[in-house]
Amino acid sequence: MAVLHSAPKWSSNEGVLDKLVAALAHRVAASKEEHGEIVITVTREHVEDALRILRDKHEYQQLVEIAGADYPSRPERFEVVYMLLSLTQNHRIIVKTTTDEVAPVPTVTTLWPVAGWLEREVFDLYGVVFAGNADLRRILTDYGFEGHPFRKDFPLTGYQELRYSNEEKRVVYEPVRLAQDLRQFDFTSPWEGADYVLPGDEKAGEGK
Amino acid sequence: MSGLILEESPTTGDEIITNYTINFGPQHPAAHGVLRMVTELDGEIVTRIDPHIGLLHRGTEKLIEYKTYLQALPYFDRLDYCSPLGMEHSYVLAVEKLLNLEVPERAKWLRTMFAEITRICNHMLNIGSHVMDVGAMTPNLWLFEIREDCLNFFERASGARMHSAWFRPGGVHQDVPQKLIDDISVWLDKRLPELFEDAMSLVCDNRIFKQRNVDIATVSKEDALAWGFSGPMIRGSGIAWDLRKSQPYDAYDQVDFEVPVGTRGDCYDRFMVRVEEVRQSARIIRQCIEKMPAGPVLSSDRKVAPPKRAEMKQDMESLIHHFKLYTEGFHVPAGEVYVATESPKGEFGVYLVSDGSNKPYRCKIRPTAFSHLQAMDFMTKGHMLPDITAILGAMDIVFGECDR
Repeated sequence: MAVLHSAPKWSSNEGVLDKLVAALAHRVAASKEEHGEIVITVTREHVEDALRILRDKHEYQQLVEIAGADYPSRPERFEVVYMLLSLTQNHRIIVKTTTDEVAPVPTVTTLWPVAGWLEREVFDLYGVVFAGNADLRRILTDYGFEGHPFRKDFPLTGYQELRYSNEEKRVVYEPVRLAQDLRQFDFTSPWEGADYVLPGDEKAGEGK
Repeated sequence: MSGLILEESPTTGDEIITNYTINFGPQHPAAHGVLRMVTELDGEIVTRIDPHIGLLHRGTEKLIEYKTYLQALPYFDRLDYCSPLGMEHSYVLAVEKLLNLEVPERAKWLRTMFAEITRICNHMLNIGSHVMDVGAMTPNLWLFEIREDCLNFFERASGARMHSAWFRPGGVHQDVPQKLIDDISVWLDKRLPELFEDAMSLVCDNRIFKQRNVDIATVSKEDALAWGFSGPMIRGSGIAWDLRKSQPYDAYDQVDFEVPVGTRGDCYDRFMVRVEEVRQSARIIRQCIEKMPAGPVLSSDRKVAPPKRAEMKQDMESLIHHFKLYTEGFHVPAGEVYVATESPKGEFGVYLVSDGSNKPYRCKIRPTAFSHLQAMDFMTKGHMLPDITAILGAMDIVFGECDR
């Protein structure tokens, strides 16, 4: 497909995927090249290994970012996504692995010190545990926060709200009370595959 | 101040002072936002710093998952509120990459031009406040004049001084009047160099400024790579890495500019890299003004970009498109991309996952400040307490973006 967009262009992806998959061998669980991005999924226990190979043998010097993502329908619901950048080859790849609420992912703080906070963030927001990270504290949420807010089953409004109480002269935490329900509008067209039946339309499908 | 314990030395009988811990922040004028740093001091020497962030965490990424692609855009202005258009740039490019959407030529140039005005705007704030953090008052006032000019340009282009929401998937929201471009051209020739060079003549070779910044927090090339530095921070350490040059987007491959690098990797180098970047940005804006073609500023793909208001009043199909785009929004093909641009502070990236619906499934924002601030501990180790403000100033951190 011809590239029409004007997003950042790095050096050619041609042959890179095959080369890297061959180099990582049995550590690769899946790989794809879509939208101009090379995505390699590695098995959980080999994350550190695989990233070490990519850093030392294939010149991906910088770990730019670690992102978490939650797919509740999958058996292993969390994805941990590592964005790597090669300054010498001017190239980017995405490496990811999957995990669930309990299985720990090996830390990569041994390879890049920057991973410390990045892993803390994924832990804080998704509850993914990183084995070997010596400082796995919460980072973005409040002191004493409970739960992992970026999981898909955590409500957008949260459970606690805080305000300054003039009577007690301090900030107090209370359960969330909404004066009006959080409204979720659904604009998907019923003619284009909305997954619910329109009110009054229940019998429409029966004749078929 | 806690743990200030005076003990008797077992050998000499003198009183010895053990390390003590102080809180820098959460509210401190030199912290540039709500940053709490638990600082362990040995006398006046810093032995350990533990930055506590997240005091401005608003859950932007979670909120974005509940909004359509177009509704999510204004959140990006509110991340790094010192350089709003730089944040929008990454997002619109990420959406366009998933859609594989072509952007009209004029829109590319406009976005390049305003991204550079944003860079000047951001650097004015940072250079000014850095200088003020180490003791000088006047340059900041002069630099804020320039920043005010930039904000006026944003207002004339988009209607808003700070939260522009002007870059849109497919181009920019509205074209700019020719008078604005003429005014920017005059400003580039007269006011910008006058104010900026005047202010810099006070600072760059100033003895006090150099004493406070030269050889403070030197970062080697290896450290800069390992700690995930980007932008002026990595260039200050001597690595000529600029995404505008190496991974060009929009019209950056058609403009000519230099990438300044530092030689020692200290606070002074990082400062001077920013100073030179302002001059280079002015060069880029000048080229944009000269080379910008006429033409449309928004994609004509009606499944993504809304029709003009006048058309909407006349034409039934345009009305339907307009209604659908502002209620349901457009659908983005399933997939995932990571798009990073050179924001004024460094590499600002967006990891966007789409499941084919009208809302992003996951939108991870890669802030520049996050990795820079993490390096605070090793950068300050062994320095004096007052150096913290200089180091923090040279990092250019804004908490709207760091905490998201």
